[in-house]
Amino acid sequence: MSKLNNILTKFKKMPVDGMTKTLFVAITLCLVCSMVVSFAAVNLKEVQEVNKAVDKQKNILQVAGIYYDGIDVEKSFSAFEPIVVDLNQGKFTNRFDPLTFDDKKAAQDPQLSISLKEDPASIGRRTNFATVYLLKKEDGSLDKIILPIHGYGLWSTLYGFIALEKNGNDIFGLQFYQHAETPGLGAEVDNPKWKAQWKGKKINNDSGELMITVAKTQKYKDHHIDALAGATLTSNGVDNLVKFWMGEAGFKKFLTNLQNGAA
Amino acid sequence: MSQTRKQLLTDPLVDNNPITLQVLGICSALAVTSSLNVAFVMSLAVIAVCGFSSLFISFLRHYIPNSIRIIVQMVIIASLVILVDQIIKAYAYEISKTLSVFVGLIITNCIVMGRAEAFAMKNKPFDSFIDGVGNGLGYSLLLMGVGVIRELFGSGSLFGIMIFEPVSNGGWYVPNGLLLLPPSAFFIIGFFIWGVRTWKKSQVEAREYKIQTLEEH
Repeated sequence: MSKLNNILTKFKKMPVDGMTKTLFVAITLCLVCSMVVSFAAVNLKEVQEVNKAVDKQKNILQVAGIYYDGIDVEKSFSAFEPIVVDLNQGKFTNRFDPLTFDDKKAAQDPQLSISLKEDPASIGRRTNFATVYLLKKEDGSLDKIILPIHGYGLWSTLYGFIALEKNGNDIFGLQFYQHAETPGLGAEVDNPKWKAQWKGKKINNDSGELMITVAKTQKYKDHHIDALAGATLTSNGVDNLVKFWMGEAGFKKFLTNLQNGAA
Repeated sequence: MSQTRKQLLTDPLVDNNPITLQVLGICSALAVTSSLNVAFVMSLAVIAVCGFSSLFISFLRHYIPNSIRIIVQMVIIASLVILVDQIIKAYAYEISKTLSVFVGLIITNCIVMGRAEAFAMKNKPFDSFIDGVGNGLGYSLLLMGVGVIRELFGSGSLFGIMIFEPVSNGGWYVPNGLLLLPPSAFFIIGFFIWGVRTWKKSQVEAREYKIQTLEEH
């Protein structure tokens, strides 16, 4: 015991600027701070995950047009059936649990994604499996199809959902839940008035060609979305990403199969 | 509260404002002032970090070896910032989506670092805490001032509540897009500094040189 005391008094007498105490302070401080930080991170993780999940569900409700202030998000969300779709086959798959499957993670995994040669949406890799949400009517028949989409705008990747009517061709709505475009310009993708344009537009024409376009000038009334003023690059990004995800490399196969009852 | 402590708290508001007098912490003031909600949460975060980092650094001031003092201050500030960031993510998720990047940058905010080095290393913990909070408040005051101008004239609202109905929603007000871009904050802060220095002449710095005329030779 006295030996330990000896060491302690000796240590106390050492100069603060000496090598031993400098190392001691540095190591102790790092240990204490890392413990505080990891304690907070671990303890708050659950709340943060719940926030993230609720936020995503809220966006799905919004794009499906059934969200209002003060709604019980989790309860209303039970009207949706999440299913994982195999994009290459264009069919539902039960290989993954839709409640835990993470599209974003899958897009990073070489086993579960492909590297794109033609990449208009600038996403690099495309996941082979995507979680889609089917909104069912009370009698169990299909009402709306909610598909996840993402692509690069001007500053950031825009993540969002597109809601289609049950025929898989008429757009009901479009909504981005994560992006970092310029406030007031590109961030006007969140403007309700601009979003309202999407309703009723058709993705393909009668002969099945992909026609939907975000552009300044109107060519085809049924397929035209006005580009955002002052945000050409963001608008081009949205144009590209919608075309990509509605095209052959995206959900087209799945949507066709769904109509033919082959999904 | 004694007179000096009150001064520690109120001096940084106008007389010794970290932004207008010391011209520190400008970068984050540009980034977070385009909407008041974001500016407000950022203000709270900076007040908390500035106050507590000064407090902890002051507690440890006799034990911090001189050779590594800056890095010790940084570690304490960084840990607090991560803590604040995690709390915002957990309890103010909507705001954290736009703010997270900037909260991380509080670590490099010169105000926090400046108070730690200039005040907390030499003063008692409670005084340092007050000083940190005071400087955080000074920063917040300016942040909110800039935020009011930018949000009101840039998007026609305050705290997200419509004041001027913009044309894009069917109203009459044509928002000034420049105010939503970071450079506008430079102009506004410049005008604030001008205003404060016209009001309080003592803040005007002495000229470093004077152009000489021939007659004076």
